[in-house]
Amino acid sequence: MTSNSLAYSEQPGGGEAAELGQEAIPAPAPAGAFGLFGSDVKKNEDLKQMLESNKDSAKLEAMKRIVGMIAKGKNASELFPAVVKNVASKNIEIKKLVYVYLVRYAEEQQDLALLSISTFQRALKDPNQLIRASALRVLSSIRVPIIVPIMMLAIKEASADLSPYVRKNAAHAIQKLYSLDPEQKEMLIEVIEKLLKDKSTLVAGSVVMAFEEVCPDRIDLIHKNYRKLCNLLVDVEEWGQVVIIHMLTRYARTQFVSPWREDDGLDDNEKNFYESEDEETEKSDKRKKQYTMDPDHRLLIRNTKPLLQSRNAAVVMAVAQLYWHISPKSEAGIISKSLVRLLRSHREVQYIVLQNIATMSIQRKGMFEPYLKSFYVRSTDPTMIKTLKLEILTNLANEANISTLLREFQTYVKSQDKQFAAATIQTIGRCATNISEVTETCLSGLVCLLSNRDEIVVAESVVVIKKLLQMQPAQHGEIIKHMAKLLDSIAVPVARASILWLIGENCERVPRIAPDVLRKMAKSFTSEDDLVKLQILNLGAKLYLTNSKQTKLLTQYILNLGKYDQNYDIRDRTRFIRQLIVPNEKSGALSKYAKKIFLAQKPAPLLESPFKERDHFQLGTLSHTLNIRASGYLELSNWPEVAPDPSVRNVEVIGLAKEWAPSGKTKKENPVKKFYSESEEEEEEDSSDSNNDSENRSGSESGGDSSEDSSEDSSSEQESESESESEVENKRSSKTQRKSDLEDRGKKTSRSKTSDMSSTGSSSAEENSSDSESESESESETESRKVPKVKEKKPQQDRNPINPGVSLLDLDDFNLVSTPIALPTPALSPSLIADLEGLNLSSSSSVINVSTPVFVPTKTHVLLHRMSGKGLAAHYFFPRQPCIFDDKMVSVQITLNNTSDRKIENIHIGEKKLPVGMKMHVFNPIDSLEPEGSITVSVGIDFCDSTQTASFQLCTKDDCFNVNIQPPVGELLLPMTMSEKEFKKEQGMLTGMNEASATIIAAPQNFTSSMILQKVVNVANLGAVPTSQDNIHRFAAKTVHSGSLMLVTVELKEGSTAQLIINTEETLIGSVLLRELKPVLSQG
Amino acid sequence: MIHSLFLINSSGDIFLEKHWKSVVSRSVCDYFFEAQERATEAENVPPVIPTPHHYLLSVYRHKIFFVAVIQTEVPPLFVIEFLHRVVDTFQDYFGVCSEPVIKDNVVVVYEVLEEMLDNGFPLATESNILKELIKPPTILRTVVNTITGSTNVGDQLPTGQLSVVPWRRTGVKYTNNEAYFDVVEEIDAIMDKSGSTVTAEIQGVIDACVKLTGMPDLTLSFMNPRLLDDVSFHPCVRFKRWESERILSFIPPDGNFRLLSYHVSAQNLVAIPVYVKHSISFRDSSSLGRFEITVGPKQTMGKTIEGVTVTSQMPKGVLNMSLTPSQGTHTFDPVTKMLSWDVGKINPQKLPSLKGTLSLQAGASKPDENPTINLQFKIQQLAISGLKVNRLDMYGEKYKPFKGIKYMTKAGKFQVRT
Repeated sequence: MTSNSLAYSEQPGGGEAAELGQEAIPAPAPAGAFGLFGSDVKKNEDLKQMLESNKDSAKLEAMKRIVGMIAKGKNASELFPAVVKNVASKNIEIKKLVYVYLVRYAEEQQDLALLSISTFQRALKDPNQLIRASALRVLSSIRVPIIVPIMMLAIKEASADLSPYVRKNAAHAIQKLYSLDPEQKEMLIEVIEKLLKDKSTLVAGSVVMAFEEVCPDRIDLIHKNYRKLCNLLVDVEEWGQVVIIHMLTRYARTQFVSPWREDDGLDDNEKNFYESEDEETEKSDKRKKQYTMDPDHRLLIRNTKPLLQSRNAAVVMAVAQLYWHISPKSEAGIISKSLVRLLRSHREVQYIVLQNIATMSIQRKGMFEPYLKSFYVRSTDPTMIKTLKLEILTNLANEANISTLLREFQTYVKSQDKQFAAATIQTIGRCATNISEVTETCLSGLVCLLSNRDEIVVAESVVVIKKLLQMQPAQHGEIIKHMAKLLDSIAVPVARASILWLIGENCERVPRIAPDVLRKMAKSFTSEDDLVKLQILNLGAKLYLTNSKQTKLLTQYILNLGKYDQNYDIRDRTRFIRQLIVPNEKSGALSKYAKKIFLAQKPAPLLESPFKERDHFQLGTLSHTLNIRASGYLELSNWPEVAPDPSVRNVEVIGLAKEWAPSGKTKKENPVKKFYSESEEEEEEDSSDSNNDSENRSGSESGGDSSEDSSEDSSSEQESESESESEVENKRSSKTQRKSDLEDRGKKTSRSKTSDMSSTGSSSAEENSSDSESESESESETESRKVPKVKEKKPQQDRNPINPGVSLLDLDDFNLVSTPIALPTPALSPSLIADLEGLNLSSSSSVINVSTPVFVPTKTHVLLHRMSGKGLAAHYFFPRQPCIFDDKMVSVQITLNNTSDRKIENIHIGEKKLPVGMKMHVFNPIDSLEPEGSITVSVGIDFCDSTQTASFQLCTKDDCFNVNIQPPVGELLLPMTMSEKEFKKEQGMLTGMNEASATIIAAPQNFTSSMILQKVVNVANLGAVPTSQDNIHRFAAKTVHSGSLMLVTVELKEGSTAQLIINTEETLIGSVLLRELKPVLSQG
Repeated sequence: MIHSLFLINSSGDIFLEKHWKSVVSRSVCDYFFEAQERATEAENVPPVIPTPHHYLLSVYRHKIFFVAVIQTEVPPLFVIEFLHRVVDTFQDYFGVCSEPVIKDNVVVVYEVLEEMLDNGFPLATESNILKELIKPPTILRTVVNTITGSTNVGDQLPTGQLSVVPWRRTGVKYTNNEAYFDVVEEIDAIMDKSGSTVTAEIQGVIDACVKLTGMPDLTLSFMNPRLLDDVSFHPCVRFKRWESERILSFIPPDGNFRLLSYHVSAQNLVAIPVYVKHSISFRDSSSLGRFEITVGPKQTMGKTIEGVTVTSQMPKGVLNMSLTPSQGTHTFDPVTKMLSWDVGKINPQKLPSLKGTLSLQAGASKPDENPTINLQFKIQQLAISGLKVNRLDMYGEKYKPFKGIKYMTKAGKFQVRT
């Protein structure tokens, strides 16, 4: 197209006038005469005719060409009237292209654009959701202020649409309307508030985006939706995830207290998390000194973790910055691996990720040190990547790795990319200043570089050496002399200036060379660069002060040259120096101090990372990348001193019980309700199974609805809501709604499986159960990693009464693990559920469940006394974690101490004398244990559900000691959670022979729920079962080896007596347990 | 978020523009051109360029700059990742992503871009969904469309968009049900002068081509999943299952997709399958230098090394090279100073070598460093990390699919310093 139309595009307002003008001109050209020689007028006329024809194909062709024009940036605005007529076209492609056109030009042709509005209004009521959605999209994209009320109305309606896709578009429309007319803010916030409550994953991302754009400061809107957003997160589409994570990061920084207290040590948080409610009780005295992570804070950290595995770099980065900004420092380490993975991606991704790593590596070196080699530079990297990698390598350098790094740097210095080589030299300089051990080595290396052939390299070396010498000038006379010689050869002004400055500064150490240098420079003064001239003046002045005999004349000569220099600065400096150093009658008091002024001790420059000051920007943001505040950047606030009221996040606002007991009671009541509706259901099991199985992607619709409902009628359970709890909830209250869903599903199942229902069915049922079993395995892994921490905290934990409220929560977690009470589950492949439409996800969407036993007793048992072990002492205790070696084993932690004064070598387990059937998984031999050293190892022993002793030999290099472990009966169990109903059902099947009971008598104060729980779990690894009655406490577990149920009931009777009942198939263990529990419960 | 997108070719022409909000004048790209000029090489153009009122975020692929204009704070990776997704989508639609192809299909491009973003926020980026909304152009479809008057644009909301498996469309049907998995591993390594490893790591991906009817639910298990240190998944993979059992369980998208990319844990020593013997010397006095390299197999587990190419950026002082290869062909570009030698297969009995002299600029001093050698190679039927797929099972559908697994090892960024 010619300049004609281009001109129009420059002045959109003139479009109409121009068009009128064109219409005035008669256009005699016949159709089809467009092409190379056709003028604009003709061509557009042609298009107009095509648009007005009756044939869709002609219209489509015309529209395609028009879109082509738009794409090329050519102006097609004069076709507006002809195009807008087709907005109601039946042909969907024409319609779409018209939409494209409209959105592009409506702003310029506002009046005409109004013609199309009614079409959209009609389309907004179309039964097809795609059409409704796109009508809303286009309507809201038409930037015509007049239609603001119509848009507002449309948005309001769409936000209540049944289709989540339409609601998503409504969320987008909010932002558009806001940018068109900020006056609407209040109304829009209302819509946002409403949409934030939406449970569809499709909507979540978009509405948070709208929130961020319209009212990012209205953090109060988030409170109620916080947990839902956390739980939905994994299932939201990736772009939404990024936005939500960024928003939640900001949220967390305003709502939770800092997990970074130094005095608190690193691994406090785990334990504190589980005890959080404990604090409630002892709030007053403990809050001050002990940090407690809010469970909601933990929820966020935990739910974002799987996203580190996302294929989307933006999501990974978002999670990384979240961990960086809000997680305890000890946990942030996991992000480094994922960030390093991103370095394999495209160059642009690398660039941003490296920048962020650079900032991180300044503050926490340790995080990236293991990945040092991933930052090695390749000759094929673009320069910007190379420099960033160098920056990171510098930050990571320490005494241990500096020698490897310096060797690596040597190759970089020789790089063909001279800019990079220069950057490397600076890097070496920084390493030299930071790590004093290598300063000398670096310096000599840099001096070698002075004889490099490349001038840039030499110049850079000079500058860096100058900085280094400034820090310790005394011993380096030789280097200065060497550099003085370089003045003859080197031409780069910065380097020359640096050398001169250095000589001037150290002129007393090189008394013979300095005047000579000045002489040479005086000769070449006029041809030097300004920078060098200034330094010559400086050198002259300094020499004049220290060695005026030799240099007086020279200096005066230079000052004279400087006086008539062309450069203003130099003349200025000359005058200044002359006044200062040359005594004359006018010179004031200052000249007496000239020497002090010129030869003052100068502080050495700090060679700092250019990324140092970036850390005040939130990582992963544009502002961080540019190191400038980008417009719209939302500051990450500092942690509040005192956490705002956490109860605002409770979905149902009910005053928090201050004491745990009443709240615990209500809590226990709820599950009862939950499970009443549950009977025989295989379906039930099945749906929950598949829930777990498919990361809750499946079966989400009903789950979502129900969880909302349940949260409305159940009150205080949200207090410590965890995903698993809500899962339980879902089970309950979704019952009714879900039933029907399940039926649907069932139908689908049978439809697709008619023929091999049995085979596939059973296999996938196995699948499911094995699923959960191995889940427990993996969890045990995580557990076992945690074990040392738990141990450290033991004494404290002991003192605190255990909190059943919180423990319940944990047990609920555990539920997922230990419920493979394999009810025959009909196979329902996740795909089928996935097949079901609907995106509403329950708030119980997948997260990694961390399960722990209610309580880990701290008591250790002596395995080998140090006297009998010739200095080797061994203690063991039961960490109550599912064993990682074999699920039939009980895990035992053995702590070995060397109390002797020599090394004990090769500690291992020798001959095992185990009773028949028992198995043992030994620890890997320990090579050596230093005196005073201690090491904890874990072994797994399959006790076959008996209290028989496991005897084996603990051997060192020289000796073998016979030791044995006899397990308390309580350690042969793994806690389970089940509902009260399930409990009763199971109990009903374990009567008669399988029941053992005893009456206990104790003071009433010992019969508070907390006391009972504490006592019971202290003795045995049992899980508490929620209960509806105040006076009955139930506990459940299964034996480790056979998996038989172990049900313990404590029923409080009148007059300080209680009935203790144990139901189990393993009667032997049952009776032993009864014997053990009885005295514990009765004693004060 | 994203205001506008400009596509700029290597000669600096803006050949496509798309705006999602108010129109941003294309003069904003002048800032980009400025930066481009300063950077000399396309690769060095900074991905983020601030201008007084906008920020330009760009990616460079297939010799095209995709420049996104944004106005307010946004995570830069968000935009960059999205732009890459756009490029991938184009590639998926048209086979290649090049200027002529985009120009030819400008309408489809426009329609796709319109669907991908709404008001600058990604709407549908999953290629499955997009393909249902806007069908990729094929010759057949074009012909059919002209006859029947039907269009490339779908009039129903793709089912995927609303389902919980947005990556898979419903109602997929194949007569031959097949699932192929390619385990491709790349070795990134830097070798030093003496041939010892400076750093080496293995990165791998599993690319899949799944053409299965209905809603199959697949599980893929490995013999040695512990090898995988760090993984990233296609969204279809159930994370929890992986966490607990180290099994990949997923409902696959239809067609080609990347199931998994992984990093092999750093503790495992990386077997380096090739070695390069080199002697490159420049003499100070004469303007001639000697050049000799030999490539040979090292730890290949008995497999042949194929597709070997050696490239090296010669120092500026090198004027020309006269070399004779024992096999394959070689070229030296005197302008870019790039030597490349297409070796082909390595025969362990007769190691390929490239010998000869190089002529240096007369009078110039000898270059003070030797060039690095970049190596490309392929080894079929071998995953160098030792990763092995144990089994692949399908649930949820009753037919027997044809399953295939292929292993391959490639050189990633494989450099030998000389």
